Amino acid sequence: MKGYGGLRAESAGRPGTGRADRDDPAEPPGPVLEVTDLHVTFGAGAGAVRAVRGVSYAVRPGEVLGVVGESGSGKSVTSLAVMGLLPPHARVTGSVRLHGREILGADEKTLSAVRGGTISMVFQDPLSALTPVYRVGDQIAEAVRIHRRVSRRDAARRAVELLDLVGIPDAARRARAFPHEFSGGMRQRVMIAMAIANDPDVILCDEPTTALDVTVQAQVLEVLRRARRETGAAIVLITHDLGVVAGSADRVMVMYAGRPVEAGTVDDVYLRPRMPYTAGLLAAVPRLDAAERPVPIEGTPPSPAALPPGCPFEPRCPLAVPACAAAEPALEPVGSPGHLAACIRAEEIEAAGGAPLAARPPGALPAEAGAEAAAGVLPAGAGVPARTGGAFGGRAPEEPGGRAAPPPRRDREVVLAVDDLVRYYPLTKGTLLRRRIGTVRAVDGVSFDVRERETLALVGESGCGKTTTLMEILRLAGPQHGTVTVLGRDTAALGARDRMAIRRDLQVVFQDPMASLDPRMTVYDIVAEPLRTHGIRRPGPRVRELLRLVGLEPGHAARHPQDFSGGQRQRVGIARALALEPRLVVLDEPVSALDVSIRAGVLDLLTDLKARLGLSYLFVAHDLAVVRHLADRVAVMYLGVIAEIGRVERVYAAPLHPYTRALLSAVPVPDPGVERSRGHVLLEGDLPSPADPPSGCRFRTRCPLFRMLGGSERARCVDERPPLRMLGDDHAASCHFAERSGAV
Amino acid sequence: MAGFLFRRLLNYLALIAVATSLAYALAATALNPRANYEGRNPPIPPAVVDARLAELNLDDRTPLPERYLRWASGVVRGDFGRTVTGGSVNQDLGRRIGVTLRLITAGLLLGSVTGVLVGAYAAVRQYGPFDRLSTGVSFAVLAVPTVVLANILIIAAVWFNYLVGAHVLLVSGEATPGMPGGFAAQAADRLRHLVLPTLSLSLGLAAVYSRYQRNMMLDVLGADFVRTAMAKGLRRRTALVRHALRTALIPAVTYFAFTFGALLVGTTFTEKIFGWHGMGEQLVNSISANDVNTVAAISCFAALAVLAAALASDLMHAVLDPRVRMGADR
Amino acid sequence: MSVTDEELAEQHEAGDRLGAPSRLRVVAGRFFGSFQGRAGFALLALMFLLAFAGPFLGRWSYTDRDFTAFLAPPSADHWWGTLQTGADVYAVTLRGMRRSLVVGLLAAVVGTTLAAVVGAFAGYFAGWTDRALTWVTDLLLVLPAFLILAVMSPLFASGQWPLFVLVLALFLWMVTSKIVRGVTISLREREFVYAARFMGVRPTTVIFRHILPNMSSLLVVDATLNVSAAILTETSLSYFGFGIQPPDVSLGSLIADGTRTALYAPWTFWFCAGLLVVTVLAVNMVGDSLRDAFDPASGRGRR
Repeated sequence: MKGYGGLRAESAGRPGTGRADRDDPAEPPGPVLEVTDLHVTFGAGAGAVRAVRGVSYAVRPGEVLGVVGESGSGKSVTSLAVMGLLPPHARVTGSVRLHGREILGADEKTLSAVRGGTISMVFQDPLSALTPVYRVGDQIAEAVRIHRRVSRRDAARRAVELLDLVGIPDAARRARAFPHEFSGGMRQRVMIAMAIANDPDVILCDEPTTALDVTVQAQVLEVLRRARRETGAAIVLITHDLGVVAGSADRVMVMYAGRPVEAGTVDDVYLRPRMPYTAGLLAAVPRLDAAERPVPIEGTPPSPAALPPGCPFEPRCPLAVPACAAAEPALEPVGSPGHLAACIRAEEIEAAGGAPLAARPPGALPAEAGAEAAAGVLPAGAGVPARTGGAFGGRAPEEPGGRAAPPPRRDREVVLAVDDLVRYYPLTKGTLLRRRIGTVRAVDGVSFDVRERETLALVGESGCGKTTTLMEILRLAGPQHGTVTVLGRDTAALGARDRMAIRRDLQVVFQDPMASLDPRMTVYDIVAEPLRTHGIRRPGPRVRELLRLVGLEPGHAARHPQDFSGGQRQRVGIARALALEPRLVVLDEPVSALDVSIRAGVLDLLTDLKARLGLSYLFVAHDLAVVRHLADRVAVMYLGVIAEIGRVERVYAAPLHPYTRALLSAVPVPDPGVERSRGHVLLEGDLPSPADPPSGCRFRTRCPLFRMLGGSERARCVDERPPLRMLGDDHAASCHFAERSGAV
Repeated sequence: MAGFLFRRLLNYLALIAVATSLAYALAATALNPRANYEGRNPPIPPAVVDARLAELNLDDRTPLPERYLRWASGVVRGDFGRTVTGGSVNQDLGRRIGVTLRLITAGLLLGSVTGVLVGAYAAVRQYGPFDRLSTGVSFAVLAVPTVVLANILIIAAVWFNYLVGAHVLLVSGEATPGMPGGFAAQAADRLRHLVLPTLSLSLGLAAVYSRYQRNMMLDVLGADFVRTAMAKGLRRRTALVRHALRTALIPAVTYFAFTFGALLVGTTFTEKIFGWHGMGEQLVNSISANDVNTVAAISCFAALAVLAAALASDLMHAVLDPRVRMGADR
Repeated sequence: MSVTDEELAEQHEAGDRLGAPSRLRVVAGRFFGSFQGRAGFALLALMFLLAFAGPFLGRWSYTDRDFTAFLAPPSADHWWGTLQTGADVYAVTLRGMRRSLVVGLLAAVVGTTLAAVVGAFAGYFAGWTDRALTWVTDLLLVLPAFLILAVMSPLFASGQWPLFVLVLALFLWMVTSKIVRGVTISLREREFVYAARFMGVRPTTVIFRHILPNMSSLLVVDATLNVSAAILTETSLSYFGFGIQPPDVSLGSLIADGTRTALYAPWTFWFCAGLLVVTVLAVNMVGDSLRDAFDPASGRGRR
């Protein structure tokens, strides 16, 4: 950290440096970055896409500004425009001032001098954002050498320092590795190291954790916090995840259809939202800490090529009045200082003390704001304890009248039983000299069962084997080891005819609704395909019935999947899965590709269908908050084995396995109060390679409990693989010391 | 690892063996060496013809399997048999192989380097005048078959020589036989012979490569890592050369294996038309001369060359791309 | 794809939702929207018209010999002059072009079909099917196609040109097939293919219903480019006397004859060579524009 000025030294000396010459040290520092009335338009004429329409914000040194919005809201385009990195055909107007100096439209010389120096950026996908053919150390050293006259060796040494700073173990050696040899989290650390290489004053982070697992996301956010401490830089954190912002940002700006619609401190925006979109978004997020079911926002975001004349949210807004459609409201102060909202009814909502989100009654205006509305309550204040059990708050699913509650679990039929399932893959490498270098133990002895009218969720981070487990079940062929029994039939003993018969009862809904529907077929053909395959000649009436069942219009049948929004596509996928009246439906991350405001609607549909049709679900997910709202039981997987299994309420309220505990604590909650008061169990390191799992307990290398154990106890973790032990009524964990996990 | 390499080489050997055998069987069935002795004046007695054909292992009255076995046992020992005129195929082709390799090397180097540079520059200045011009020219060149291109080059050279009033460009052969003078004169003479055939061979190749490299480069230009490089503070031009071009070269190398077969065919035409005594010329001649053994030997050479190109392309890929490099993982 | 493009794509998608024109219309619209597409299509149409309707306009048939005019320059009587044999250049050139066009089209269609089926089966079934099919593909890649076709040329004499087309097609499909195999392997992992498999659809049905239709753009473009490859191969073979056999003529044999007299009777060379170049150029332009029309993100780069 010596030589030409380490991060620490310089940040300490900042107020006196020439850069801040405009600021009087006695006064709060002025903004480092000021964006005023930024507009970005792609194309021209009638087809012009106005991606950003008047964004203004300012950040001060050390401040974190969160920019939240769904896909297409213009949040990423904004940051690229600030950096001057948009393609030449984008038309950008407005003003971007860095330390008071206008950089929008500056020549390349000026821009390349500030980029990477005063202002730097962390991109979303760190694999594609790093040049694949250069060593990571060289890429960081390049960033250093662009802005500083230092020798190659000094730059290389500095790169190692930076890698060390962002928490990459054995930095000197890892600097010589290529990007593809790093895990996603490690790559994102490299991106951050590159961004802070020249001690910037502003760091723009564009969805820095979106591609990462929750535990890794927590690590990367921690690194970002450290980077801010070290550099004193202002951070603009762009994300779609309200939870990430709640825990990390000072101020928030919510964007919708290319504009900011609400801005203010985190507490103002999260606890006292004054724009119905913000309130709706907050209510639509499935929350880990609350039993209320998320409430969907009706409709889909408008196309930027065809915006309505008035408030862009008006068509979806439960509080809309005719005046809303007349003109687009400006972002105006409301309530506490610094709190801005773009809603003509913001004052009314302010006066009423919160915007209750009522479904708009057809043809009628909603009741006066502030009236008692039964539907979706706003997230309550800070410090909400984890509420467990009990009936769902908010809207209850429409139970068809008179249906009795299902009989107790043990009396219900087992529709799927998996016993000691094993799936190994050969691990090969090299294209020139391909050779087997090991065995990936993707699934290594997994057992569970699903009973009738029950939802079991398999959760875990990427690489834990949950998807492999699911594929092994769907193959309906004998596994490498263990047994899979579907509806009482062992899959290893199935003939072709029996397998075909079982396929009727076992259906699947995939993650990405765009990828799971053949883009060349019409919706009719897609939904009719299973029917035709199983010998139903005239599927027409059934297809219409199915479309209505999932909330689509039969008139949609003639369209292609690409004509639909993400949520509608997923409904088509669900309709196809239900075509043959299955008994067990496998759901592979059915909502993770969908935007937050749409997600809740699909979750509602799945819950509703399960109740109406008496379905059983096997549900694979990485999002623990979603699982909480859909599943009855949950199995947490880690490196091909089940760490913990049990009823959702029990597992979430009192997790027994240290991994479950860490996983739950890593999920950010969209509530600044809760986030601040919550203790986080930060896991260290990466997921070990499934080709070379640790001996004994697979979690021990990252286990916080393991570190607290004594020598002989540790030896047990190292030598003995913990069995799944029943530790309560329908609650089991595979940890030798599960009883002590509360100490973590 | 060694096992994999071994299996791969074994597979190559099998491919070459089967391809050469197929070519032999086809040539031995379809070609008729006996026709070479027909219509002579004075007529050659049938017994002499038979004896001669039997000696050369070309007698169509011997069953094909028998001829094949005799030929194959020779090939295994490295002897490709005799030509129709009685010479050794090995010696004949051994002389010619150098000619062909010189031509291919010159054409390949010129064509691929020009193509890659033109394509990369066109992509960087997309829709600029250079891009439009290079696109137009490469489209035109791609539409001209080598046989036509070679003849147009000859016609143009004749015109050029006429205009200049001297034989600057030579359109036949590799060198002037019995050329006096020292090394410099010899080299100049060879160069004057080399220009047109190299152009004829490399123009098409350059056109293909420029199109391909342009597309690869355009794909990479929009890549996130180029944006990262610019976000670091690199000028656009530096970012393009250091990050985009380097990465876009990788697929071009893979493409090399696919174009190599076409290059061999192009060499055949070029040699034949410009009178270079290489393998390609002999291929055309041997079919006309019903020279079964030479046809089979050339097939063997072509198969070997194509596979060597594939291997070389894989090797270069591994050198350029750390993602497939051996032992990159620590 | 950069974030910007993704968002733009989404936005365009959203725009398309209002009124969804059929994919064919979109592709056709993009194709004819580009100058290159329009020009290529017009040129190709003109070439076809010339090859098939042109001969009816001339007075001479391609078998006629005018013994009063050997190697005569273009005139009112012989529009494009005559050859050394007294044959009318206009008549024989159009005849040759017709043959070349037919051979090229048929060979391309057969070759691309073969490529699609072999590549898709190899990619979809993997394992031994893949290994066997890939080996055969490699074998044909390794075999010198020109040599094999030339050796077999005696078989194509006396009007056996359909056989020539088949053999030509046999050497046209390998590279396409390798591409198809690669695309199939990635499509096989796509969720809509899994969905079909898991609902019990038979593998061959999956290939013909889901896999091949989803690479139709690739196949159409490739077939187009194969047309020019086939025409060029045919020309080269005929140039050396290994392709279309006399008395039939093709552009290749005409060019071969023409080169001998090109210096002092340019009409014997330039008309046939020029038409060949224009035809191949038109086909390539159509192919390239089709590629752009099917997938605006490829060739032309991003906009």
